[in-house]
Parts: sequence; C-alpha cells; structure tokens
Amino acid sequence: MSGESFLFTIFALITCLSAIAVVFSQTVVRMAFWLVISLGSTAALFFLANADFVGAAQLLIYVGGTLVLLVFGVMLTASGPYLKIATSPGETVIGGFLGLLFLFIVFAARSGVEWRKPTAPAETLNSSGAVGNTLRPLGLAFLGARPDKDLNEDVDTTSPGYLLPFEIVSVHLLVVLIGAAYLARAKKRVGSVQAS
Amino acid sequence: MAADLNSYLIVGAVLFVCGVICMATKRNAIGVLMGVELVLNGANVNFVAFSRFTNLGLDGQVFSLFVIVLAAAEAAVALAIALNFYNNHLTIDVDRANKLKG
Repeated sequence: MSGESFLFTIFALITCLSAIAVVFSQTVVRMAFWLVISLGSTAALFFLANADFVGAAQLLIYVGGTLVLLVFGVMLTASGPYLKIATSPGETVIGGFLGLLFLFIVFAARSGVEWRKPTAPAETLNSSGAVGNTLRPLGLAFLGARPDKDLNEDVDTTSPGYLLPFEIVSVHLLVVLIGAAYLARAKKRVGSVQAS
Repeated sequence: MAADLNSYLIVGAVLFVCGVICMATKRNAIGVLMGVELVLNGANVNFVAFSRFTNLGLDGQVFSLFVIVLAAAEAAVALAIALNFYNNHLTIDVDRANKLKG
C-alpha cells in the first residue's frame, strides 16, 4: 500500500466517522466539535488531491470562520448549559431508514456510471493544475485568463475565465454581510416576551 | 482503499447523506445549519476529485472555491435569522416556528 493510499484511507475514515458522529450527537456543542474534525480532515483530503489552495481556503474559511460563527450561534442561543432538543424515536428511525435508502441510491448511481478515463495520465494532464502549486493558475482563472488551458493548444479561441462570477460573488458577499449585520443587530426585546 | 476517483466519490456520498439526515432529523436550528455545511462539503469533495482525476483541469477547484465562499455567506445569514428567531421565541427549536402555518 503506497503512502498516498494509506493517508487517504486514514483521512477518509476520519471524515466519514466524524460526519456520522455529527448525526448521532445529541448536544449541539458536541456536534460542532465533530464537525470541526470532519471539515479539517476534508481539508487534508483536498491536500492529498493536489488542491493545495482549496485545502488552505477550507481550513481558513470553514474551520477558522464558519465554525467560529456557528459556535457563537450556539452560545448566543443557549438557554441553559448542554441544551438538548431531543428528536422523537419514531422520527429518528424514519430518518435513519430514509438516509440508508438515500445512501444506497447514491452508491448505485455512482457505480452505474462509467466515468470517462482521462486521456493522459493524471500527472501530466496540465503542467500547472493537477500536480499541486495551484495558487497562480487559480488566481489567473479568477482574473479571466486560463493559461493552463490556452497554452499548448492549436485553436484560436481562448477558454472563458471566471472574472464575472468572481465579481458577482464579491458583491454578493458584501451584501450578505451587511444584511446579516442588520438582521442580527441587538434590539430591545419589546413585546417579544409576551408575544411568545 | 486506493486513492482513486471512486474512493473520493464514496467519501463525498457519505458526507452528503450524513448532511441530509442531519437536516431532516435535528430539531435544533444550528444543527440543521451544520447539516447544510456537511452537504456542501460532500459536493466540494466531488468537485476536487473530478478536478484531480479527469482532464477537467482547474475548473473543479474554482467551483469548490465558489461553494466555500457561498457557504460562508449562507452561514452568516442563517445565523442572523436563528438569532432573530431566538430573540422572538426564546427557543431555537424549529418545530416552534409555526407562525406561518395556515
């Protein structure tokens, strides 16, 4: 067993088992803990798949940002320590049964497709993208240039980049953050206590 | 197991199904949010695996970066909604959110 397969097996097991632990945890703090483990080992899987910038972004944004946001949400909405909102056993059984059924469907669909084999060995697919060090090609792709596709090609047309989606997602992020700050601002609880 | 496309797809499928079960069974609104994060991560694993093992090049990685950014935005808005819900109802149980029921 090669080193890559060994590392992949370990991190895939950690990812899947902690995702299952998220499902079976009762308190929301433990769910957040297992989610951190799952997302972190997913980042390790990204590193193993030669996607170094995506793995770093996963660690920074998910584990560093989104999870901190979620934990703050847990703390701000806890009406007591170790808040437990239990699901009824019937709902758990139905949910688990439907989940297993869904997993079976996804597995069947996955094995029913003959994935197109790459025309070249994966290491020589493109000189910049598939073998790590993806920072510069990713940045150029976000700016609208695709040298990893357009070089070594005989056609005259150039591949489309991602400049417009990048701008849209930037403005979207700004609008969303302003909106979230507006929605979550501290208000006096006037009338809400007797209304609930 | 070997680190090939099928293994990555299996990991992505397990993450996706765990997220869907989480969304369906948890009654805590924050738990539902964590299920959404798991689903988006399963999709990301698939994108990166296709970018690595087929001749798609960098497109899969670009899309997974978009997914990560949109997931962060979604988490911020959903957290704000959950805080507002808690301020109004003093609980975070999604089954109590039945004001709009006809």
